Amino acid sequence: MSVEAGVPEVAEVATQRPNRRSTATKFRSLVGNRIGSAVAVVIAVLWTIPTFGLFISSFRPEEDIKSSGWWTFLSNPAFTLDNYQEVLFGRASSGSLSDYFINSLVITVPATVIPLVLATMAAYAFSVLDWRGRDWVFVCVFALQIVPLQMALIPLLRIFSSSGLLDTFPYLSVWVAHSIFALPLAVFLLHNFMSDIPKELVEAARVDGAGHVSVFLRIMLPLMAPAIASVAIFQFIWVWNDLLVGLTFTGANNAIQPLTARLAEMAGSRGQDWQLLTAGAFVSMVLPLIVFLSLQRYFVRGLLAGSVKG
Amino acid sequence: MRTTARRTGAAVAGGLAFALALTACSGSDLGGGGGDGDEGGGDAACEDYADYGTFEGDEVTILSSIREQEADQMEDTFVDFEECTGIDVVHNGIGEFETQVVVQAEGGNAPNLAIIPQPGLLARLVNDGYIVEPSEQTVTNAQEGWTEEWLNYGTVDGTFYAAPLMASVKSFVWYSPTAFAENGYEVPTTWDELIALSDQIVADHGADGVVKPWCAGIESGGATGWPATDFIEDMVLREAGPEVYDQWVTHEIPFNDPQIYAATERAGSILRNEDYVNGGIGDSRSIATTSFNDGGLPILDGNCFMYRMASFYEAQWPEGTDVSPEGDAFAFYLPGDDADSKPLLTAGEFVGAFDDNEATQAVQAFMSSGEWANLRVTIGGVTSANNAVDPANASSDVLRLAIELLQDPDAVTRFDGSDLMPSAVGAGSFWTGMTEWIDGADTQTVLDQIEASWPAS
Amino acid sequence: MDFFLNDKFGQMLLVIIAFAALIAVLLAIAWAADKWVGKGRRWAALAVFGGPALLLLVVGLIYPAIRTFYMSFYDAGTNNAVGLQNYIFTVTNTGAVIAFRNTFIWVFLVPIASTLIGLIYAILIDRSRLEKLAKSLLFLPVAISFVGAGIIWKFVYEYRGAAQEQIGLLNAFITWLGFEPVRFLQDAPWNTLFLIAVMIWIQAGFAMVILSAAIKAVPTDIIEAARLDGVNSWEMFRNITVPSIRPSLVVVLTTISIATLKIFDITRTMTGARFDTQVLANQMYDYSFVFGDNGVGSAMAVVIFILVIPLVAFNIRQMAKNRSVRG
Repeated sequence: MSVEAGVPEVAEVATQRPNRRSTATKFRSLVGNRIGSAVAVVIAVLWTIPTFGLFISSFRPEEDIKSSGWWTFLSNPAFTLDNYQEVLFGRASSGSLSDYFINSLVITVPATVIPLVLATMAAYAFSVLDWRGRDWVFVCVFALQIVPLQMALIPLLRIFSSSGLLDTFPYLSVWVAHSIFALPLAVFLLHNFMSDIPKELVEAARVDGAGHVSVFLRIMLPLMAPAIASVAIFQFIWVWNDLLVGLTFTGANNAIQPLTARLAEMAGSRGQDWQLLTAGAFVSMVLPLIVFLSLQRYFVRGLLAGSVKG
Repeated sequence: MRTTARRTGAAVAGGLAFALALTACSGSDLGGGGGDGDEGGGDAACEDYADYGTFEGDEVTILSSIREQEADQMEDTFVDFEECTGIDVVHNGIGEFETQVVVQAEGGNAPNLAIIPQPGLLARLVNDGYIVEPSEQTVTNAQEGWTEEWLNYGTVDGTFYAAPLMASVKSFVWYSPTAFAENGYEVPTTWDELIALSDQIVADHGADGVVKPWCAGIESGGATGWPATDFIEDMVLREAGPEVYDQWVTHEIPFNDPQIYAATERAGSILRNEDYVNGGIGDSRSIATTSFNDGGLPILDGNCFMYRMASFYEAQWPEGTDVSPEGDAFAFYLPGDDADSKPLLTAGEFVGAFDDNEATQAVQAFMSSGEWANLRVTIGGVTSANNAVDPANASSDVLRLAIELLQDPDAVTRFDGSDLMPSAVGAGSFWTGMTEWIDGADTQTVLDQIEASWPAS
Repeated sequence: MDFFLNDKFGQMLLVIIAFAALIAVLLAIAWAADKWVGKGRRWAALAVFGGPALLLLVVGLIYPAIRTFYMSFYDAGTNNAVGLQNYIFTVTNTGAVIAFRNTFIWVFLVPIASTLIGLIYAILIDRSRLEKLAKSLLFLPVAISFVGAGIIWKFVYEYRGAAQEQIGLLNAFITWLGFEPVRFLQDAPWNTLFLIAVMIWIQAGFAMVILSAAIKAVPTDIIEAARLDGVNSWEMFRNITVPSIRPSLVVVLTTISIATLKIFDITRTMTGARFDTQVLANQMYDYSFVFGDNGVGSAMAVVIFILVIPLVAFNIRQMAKNRSVRG
C-alpha cells in the first residue's frame, strides 16, 4: 500500500462513520425522548441563565444595575446602549476597548499557532519515533502541567529583559511565554490523539521508503487536522481569556496589554463600574464564540480519525 | 443547510475583518507609549521648566496603580514639562500594581519611576536593593513642601528615598446634606454627638428595619477587609492617641494590646451594632460581602444616613449626584472625642526611582515640587498635603475640605497603619481578621490571631 | 519593512513568517538527514520533532520548577537556608487545615461533576435537531474569562437582608418562594460549594465537547450486538458507552483535575479567600506575591506538585493499559 493510496482510504472510512447510528442514539431512544430532552433543557437553561442575566444587564442604565435585579428589566425595560458606547469608544486617552481588542488578537494568534505546531511535532516524537526513555520523558512533560505559572514568571521575565529585544518587539515575551505554558497540555492531548492512529499506516509508509518528514506531513497532519483544530480552539480561548501571563509579560505596559487586563481594571479596586464591566465582558466574549462556532464541526471529526483502526 | 451555515460564518468573519481594519487605522501603531499626551498647549512658558534641563528623545516610564480618569488627569500634568524638557513621560497604570511592581523589578524589567501607595512596599523594594536615592533637588523640594511626618514615611532606615506625591483623607463620613436638613440633623463635631445622632436616627427611622443610621461595605476582591482596618485605625487614634498608634504599627506593643482591644470594640459599637447597620443592605454581617464601592449608595435612597469612607469616594457617586455642602452627598470629618482634638487618618503615594538617569531624576524632581502639586490639584479629583497647594485650587468642595484638614496645623495626622505594617499582616491577617470579625468572630480571638501572624525578626 | 517593525499586525505577521521559516528549515534538515545520514538519522528526527518543544520546556518550566524547589528551603528573601521550616509552616499555619480541606473538596467535586454533566448532556443532545445550538449553550461559559465569570456570578449570589429588595437572582427566587435570603458566599462550609459550582459551570462545556466527539466515534456494531442481547439502557451506558470512550474520559478528568488544583482566580475574585474558602493555590499566590515570602510560597507550590503525583501515576497506568490493549 502506497502512502498516497492510504490517505483517501482513511478519509473515506471517517466520512462513512457519521451515517451510522451511534451508541448515544440508542441510549437516548432507550431512555425515552421526553425525560432526556427535559433533562437537557434543564441543564441548558441552568448554564445559560447567568450569562443571560449579564447580557440583559449590559443594556441597563447604571443606577438600575446597582439597585435592582436584571429580571426587573423584563417587566420594566429601560434600555440603553451607553454602556457599549462608553466601553468601545469612550475615554480615548486611557485607551478604548477596541485598542485592547487588537492587542488581544495580536497576542493570541501567534500564541496559538506556535505552541500548536511545536506540540504536534513533539507528539510525533513521542508517539511515532521510537527512542529509549521516551515514556519517562513524556510523563515528565505531562507532569509539567502542574508547575504554577506564577513560579515561572520571574525567571522567564529575566531572560527577556536581559536580551534587550523587548524594546523592539514588545510582544515577543508574551508569545513565547504563552507558547511554553501551553506545551505540556497540548503535547499531552495531541499525543493521545496521535497514538490512536494505527501503527500499520506509518509502518507501511516507512517500508515504502518514506522518511519521517513525509510521514509527518502527508499522513499524520491530514489525519490529525481535526484534533489539532480542537486543541487550537481551546488554546485560542485560554490565551484570549488569560490575565496573569498577559499582564506580566507585557511589562505592565498599557499600550500592548490584552483585553482582560483592561477588563480587570474596570473591575478594579477603586471604581467598580458594573455597567461598563457587563458590556466589556460581552465584547470580550465575541471572538472566542465566533472561533468556537466556526470550528466546532472539527470537534466531531476530531476523534473519528482515531477510530480508524476499528 | 450546510452552505447557509458556511455563508453566515463567512459573513461574520468578513464583518469582523472590516471592523478590525477600521480600528487598525487608529489603534495598532506601536510607536507611542501608554498615553501620548495631546499635542496642544504649545505656548508653554518654558522658563518654569529650565531647572530640569533639556533632553533629547529620553523616555521615562512611570508605573502606578492610578487608572482611568485619574490617570488621564495625571498624564496631563506632564504636557508642558515634556514639551520644554524633551523628555517623553510614559505612564502605565495597572490593577495589580503591588504584585506587578515586584515581579517586574525582580524580572529585571523595572520602570524608571513607580508611584508607591504603601510605605511598607517601599521599604521592601529598598531592602531588596531596587530603589535608588533621589537627587538633591528632590530632597529639597520634599523638605520644603511636606511635614516631618510625611517625609518619614518616605524614609527607610534613616535614608530618604521617596517624596510624597499626593495625599488623601480617610477620616471622612459621607452623608446627605439634604436628608440631614429635612430631618433637622446637625453635623456632629464630637464622638458623643455622633453617637447621639445615630441613636436619634434609630428612634426616628428604625422601625421598619430597612433604614439604619449607618451603612458600610468592606468587600474588595482579594483586598476584602481593608475598609474595616481603616475604621479600626481611626478608632485607635481616638481611643489611644497617636503615640500608641505608632507603637502599634511598629509592633512595639502587641497587636492584641488592651488599648487596641478597646479601640476595636469602639468600632464594633457601630459596625457590629444591629440597630446601626447596614442601612438598605441588610444586617451587620452583610457588611462583609458588600462592595465598598456600593456601600455608601443607600444614602441616596434615604436608606442610610452615614458612611465612613475616604475622600476618594467622591468619584463613586453616580453621575448627576450633587456633591456639595447643600447637595445630595457630602462629607464631614469623623469627629474626635472633643471638638479640639483632631486625629486624622491619611493615605498617600510616594515616588521611588529605580535608576539615577538624569531624565529619571528630572521627572522625579518635577513630581516632588510644589508647582506639580498645585498643577495636579487644579486639574482636579485629588488632594495633597503639600503646603504649597492653595486649597482654592481644589476642584470640588469635598477636596477643598480635605486639603484644609491635611494642612491644618492642629490636626494630628497618621498614615494608614495597614500600609505601614509588614504585608503578611497589613495586606494579610489584618484584612482577613477584620473580615472574620465583621462576620461575627470574637474580638479577642481575632486580635490574638493577628498578633500570632506577625512575622518574627 | 516599516509595517513589520512598527505596526502591531506587522509584528504579528513577522513572527508567524519567521516561525514558519524556522520550522521549514528544521524539517528540511530532518529530510536531508533521513536521505543522507546513515546511523544518526533517528536522532536527527528526534531532535527536529521533539527538540524545540523540549528546549522551551527546559528553559520555561523545568528550570523554574527546580528554582522553586530550591527556594522552598530558604527564607523569604532566599538568603538563608531554613531546612524544612517552610514545609512545616505550610501544613501547620492557622489556615492550613481549611486550605487543604477545601483543595481536596475542589479536586474531588469539580472533575467528577463537570465530566458527569458534560457526559450526560452530550448523550442527551446527540443527533438532536438543535445539537449545535445546544452545544453552544453549554460551551458559552468556556468562552468567558474569569473576570467576566466573576461579574456574572455576583449577579447570581448577591445577598441583601430580608427587608431589602434582592438583586441576586438566587435570593430573589428564594425570597419569592417565601424563604429567608441565603448568604451564599459567606456561610461556611457551604460557600465553598457555591464557588465550586462556578468552576463546574465553566468546565462542563470543555468536558461535553470532547466527550461528545468521543461518543460519536463508538462503533455501532457493538451496540447492535448488545441490543440483540436485550441489555437495558443503564447497562448499555455502563458496559458499552463508558468503556468505549474511556480514554477520552481519562483525558477530560485529568485535565480538569489539574486545572482545579491550580485554580485561584475564582476564590480570589469572589470571596477574596475569606469566610473559610481558602485554597492552596491562592495561599501560594498570597505568600509569593502579596506577602513577599518566596520561601513559604515555593514550599506551597511544591506541595501542590506533590498532590498531583497520584494523578500522574493513574495516567501512566492508563497509558500502559491502552498500549497493551492495542498490542
